[in-house]
Amino acid sequence: MAFNIYDFTSFNQSIDKALYEWLPPFWAMIVEMTIIGLVFLLAYAVVGLLLVYAERKVCAFMQNRVGPNRVGPYGIFQTIADFIKLLMKELVYIKDSDKLLFNIAPFIVIIASFMAIAAIPFAKGLHAIDFDIGIMYVVAVSSLGVVGILLAGWSSNNKYSLIGAMRSGAQIISYELSVGLSLLTIVVLAGTMQFSQVVELQSSGWFIFKGHIPAVIAFIVFLIASTAETNRGPFDLAEAESELTAGFHTEYSGIKFAFFFLAEYMNMFIVASIAATVFLGGWMPFHISGLEGFNHVMDFIPPLIWYIGKTAFIIWLMMLFKWTFPRLRIDQLLNLEWKYLLPINLVNILIMAFIVLMGWHF
Amino acid sequence: MTSNQIMFLLFSAVIVIFSILTVTSRRILRAATYLLFVLVSTAGLYFLLRYNYLAAIQLIVYAGGIVVLIIFSILLTSHISEKLPTASLLKKWPALLVALVGAALCVTVILQHNFPGSVGNTELVSVTDIGNSLINYGKYGYALPFEVISVLLLAAMIGAIVLAKKRKD
Repeated sequence: MAFNIYDFTSFNQSIDKALYEWLPPFWAMIVEMTIIGLVFLLAYAVVGLLLVYAERKVCAFMQNRVGPNRVGPYGIFQTIADFIKLLMKELVYIKDSDKLLFNIAPFIVIIASFMAIAAIPFAKGLHAIDFDIGIMYVVAVSSLGVVGILLAGWSSNNKYSLIGAMRSGAQIISYELSVGLSLLTIVVLAGTMQFSQVVELQSSGWFIFKGHIPAVIAFIVFLIASTAETNRGPFDLAEAESELTAGFHTEYSGIKFAFFFLAEYMNMFIVASIAATVFLGGWMPFHISGLEGFNHVMDFIPPLIWYIGKTAFIIWLMMLFKWTFPRLRIDQLLNLEWKYLLPINLVNILIMAFIVLMGWHF
Repeated sequence: MTSNQIMFLLFSAVIVIFSILTVTSRRILRAATYLLFVLVSTAGLYFLLRYNYLAAIQLIVYAGGIVVLIIFSILLTSHISEKLPTASLLKKWPALLVALVGAALCVTVILQHNFPGSVGNTELVSVTDIGNSLINYGKYGYALPFEVISVLLLAAMIGAIVLAKKRKD
């Protein structure tokens, strides 16, 4: 089995070939799908735990505290301990709630984020599904998560939950537009929505540099809008703890609460991955066309490291947002989207189309 | 049975069962949720046909757009303790009759149509082709319908704003 840290294609193909030689095609496919599912589940849980730990450390850093430091060196096992605690908590039974919807809601949220993660390219060859409509697929699938939030808020039969769900719904529906349009700006530049091609096209320079100012504007708008779409601070009025206790997940306990919690962090990870892939080249190393020696040195760093590094950078930025800015009011939030981001975005797409038509990009 | 057939049966079963549940449920938000499952399974059928573009459109427009709006309006208007009254027999029987006639019509048309044999490896419609024909004004171009629908949507949007706007008197 040829294992190559720079290109996983041959590694995957050798596993694929071995399975198909060993089993009838139907079962080989089932085994393959199970393996991929398990790998994703494991990665999902591990990344979720790491992100919760990172959030607490970044928060502590911003507030001049130490953060978790008791469980394990630098407290790295703190989130695992917390997770075990959550698993053992009682699942509180809510009288007069709509039990079916109450129980389905966390799964809808988590399935939506799980579907989105399948289309993200992690490294060369590490890519579960390479749709020709990759970017559109991710936008489509991530818009399903809001249904879970709305159902959770309504079925809890709690005023705080309902208000939280309504705010969250209004927020996600409006900010989805900006997320879609800012990604579309780059689709105009790239001429494709397939993630593998989007990454491949950035081998001569990342899109944020290739697209001049419109790409930078699109990147900033995407960062703002996607922070809002994932319900994170400063846009976390869906769960504003000072006024709504915990918003839509007030009534959830134990593992069901953990699902919402995990899905929120994974949504942040997905959004950061998309930003890294579409604007910062994904797993593509930093290349400057013309400087052969420099490009060659950059190629020595494995693609997976590039991907993780860029994603971690964007996640770090989003965490800084959360602990820097105060929470917006609902009217300020909607004003920001409809009066500023959306018009800026629409004009930005026109400018980008003009630049592409004139051939001014690199 | 191939894996494609299994997936097809799975999606169809979900669509049929949840369609029936959608119209028989007496809790309106549950009905909306069942409708969501029906629409997502339809998107699954499109994915099975490898018509990814239509599947994504189905997810964006129906599952992510229309169902979210339906749920949103239910959240604003109805309380959790509300249950819709069971329909009277006078309403039930005609509805059942119409549904059965519609289903029979569809089934007979589908059974009578002579589908060409294997369509296994036909050309997949690429997104580029769809995009090009959408703004093409030549033969097989959809530029005019596209623009007409845009104007219609614009009119609907202005209408909605006018209706929702505060009166100054």
